[in-house]
Amino acid sequence: MTTTDEIRVLAPSGVCGSGFLEESFEKGLAQNPHFIGCDAGSTDPGPSHLGSGEPAFPREAVRRDLRLMLMGARRLKVPLIIGSTGTAGADPHLAWGYEILKEIAAAENLSFKLALIHAEQDKAYLHQRLHEGRIKPLQPAPEFNDAVIDRSAHIVGMMGAEPFQRALAAGADVILAGRSSDTAIFASFAEMHGIPSGIAWHAAKILECGAAAVVNRKSADCMFAWLRQDHFVVEPPNPEYRCTPQSVASHSLYENADPYKLIECSGTLDLTESRYEALNDRSVRVSGSSFAPAARYTVKLEGAELAGYQSIVIGSVRDPFIIRQIDDWTTRLIERIHARVKQVYGERLQPDQYVINIRIYGKNGTMGPLEPVKEIRSHELCLLIEVTAPSQEVASSIAGIVRHQGLHLPIPEWSGLITALACPYNPAHLDRGAVYRFNVNHIVEPDDPHEMFPIEYFAIDGATQRKLP
Amino acid sequence: MSSLGELARLIRSKNAGPFELTFDIMFEETATYERVKRSGMVSREVIAQQYGLLPEQVKFFYCDLACAIKASIPRPYFQGDLMDSDGHGGQQYAPLMDIQIP
Repeated sequence: MTTTDEIRVLAPSGVCGSGFLEESFEKGLAQNPHFIGCDAGSTDPGPSHLGSGEPAFPREAVRRDLRLMLMGARRLKVPLIIGSTGTAGADPHLAWGYEILKEIAAAENLSFKLALIHAEQDKAYLHQRLHEGRIKPLQPAPEFNDAVIDRSAHIVGMMGAEPFQRALAAGADVILAGRSSDTAIFASFAEMHGIPSGIAWHAAKILECGAAAVVNRKSADCMFAWLRQDHFVVEPPNPEYRCTPQSVASHSLYENADPYKLIECSGTLDLTESRYEALNDRSVRVSGSSFAPAARYTVKLEGAELAGYQSIVIGSVRDPFIIRQIDDWTTRLIERIHARVKQVYGERLQPDQYVINIRIYGKNGTMGPLEPVKEIRSHELCLLIEVTAPSQEVASSIAGIVRHQGLHLPIPEWSGLITALACPYNPAHLDRGAVYRFNVNHIVEPDDPHEMFPIEYFAIDGATQRKLP
Repeated sequence: MSSLGELARLIRSKNAGPFELTFDIMFEETATYERVKRSGMVSREVIAQQYGLLPEQVKFFYCDLACAIKASIPRPYFQGDLMDSDGHGGQQYAPLMDIQIP
């Protein structure tokens, strides 16, 4: 480990693929960062990305951001560190990011040493750790057992700073990592250059969201930080943005359950004693943050499994007679659908093999049973009727049944055949494909911080790649 | 009396990971923040009651430097589950806007 008086960091964006201004990025580069870091993923877009292997951000958007970052880093000859590649950071996402990186290197004729850090977890390894009692639940957690491991589409570990530090020590110019702690992307470099952990991890927490800690963020943009032995300073490169003590202090609230204690693989960042001072009207000096090393190193797992295949029917109701009895009407509709499915499929499809869910917008579509407003105040309702079944074919055909039963389900106020649902689309149902659910909220206790995160090295030279030992 | 929605500069809800939901109630002025804090109308118990939980299931924080009150709860449904209606958890704060502050 070496000690440096100051580490300067450029964080181009909160997410690679969400964008930043090229002018801000150039201003950041002019301040001579020691490295450029960017988070590229999250669970926030939902379980389908981890389950299906599909990224949340468009390929072209990621290519634009990654190209500018890579060109900037190579121009300054400083490391570029990307974590949680392709949203969920499993192997398909990492491979997707690597393909984009190769395209850019070829088009721009760039040469560098690349580290690919994998975060996808081997199922045999997880079975072993589970049987050893070294996989433990966080709160709240779904049940985790051998069957969950087997049926998961992907399970990733959220890597800490150490795999990044190993890759940097091996001379990587560019790191493309699978699922990572957002903060580890930034804390890794600073810690290995002697910045105290409390400073490194707190600055990382601000940097990983790009310009999110400014007073009035209009669009995704860059953040810059100077990390020193007893404090750090943050200032947005975009001259239209400014940080205030309150805006920086507030940022520790964002997407965290606890604003004072942030748990990482290697310990807990403690912001209880953090102090925030305005250096001028745009930059803030932060000190007093501490980091308590963990007694036991832990790695958080994220997993997703197939929940089924879905089709939906969207229809609206304007008739006040139906609206005033909507709960009864939808209950009867579900009974009718089950009865018709039984007629059609007989013993081939049991009621517990498919799920009908009706969301009623205008009543409680957003909050469900937690909606405190019980009385319907709307003159119309939107019904979103979902069918989730073991195959798309079955989901589609049940959705066809939903449409027809829903159209003509009678109410006592009218005699004669009614048409109860206004359907804006034709065909009336939409096939949504495979749907996934998150199925793990657990930590692993590994023997060391590296065993879950194998690294591959490549020499990239324009359009050619050579695997290094 | 004023409603919390009128007094706060921002009230928001958001996923804190796929299994927890977090609420931030943020104020521009220290005086307003202190007024709400002193009133006791935003508390662990109030959040628990609003979201059908026991008080011990709610994490509750005063953040003086940020002029903010924060609460975190187990998600009503895990993010992306078949019954989940708010994938980012972004619209679950609305009932908090009506809390009346003396």
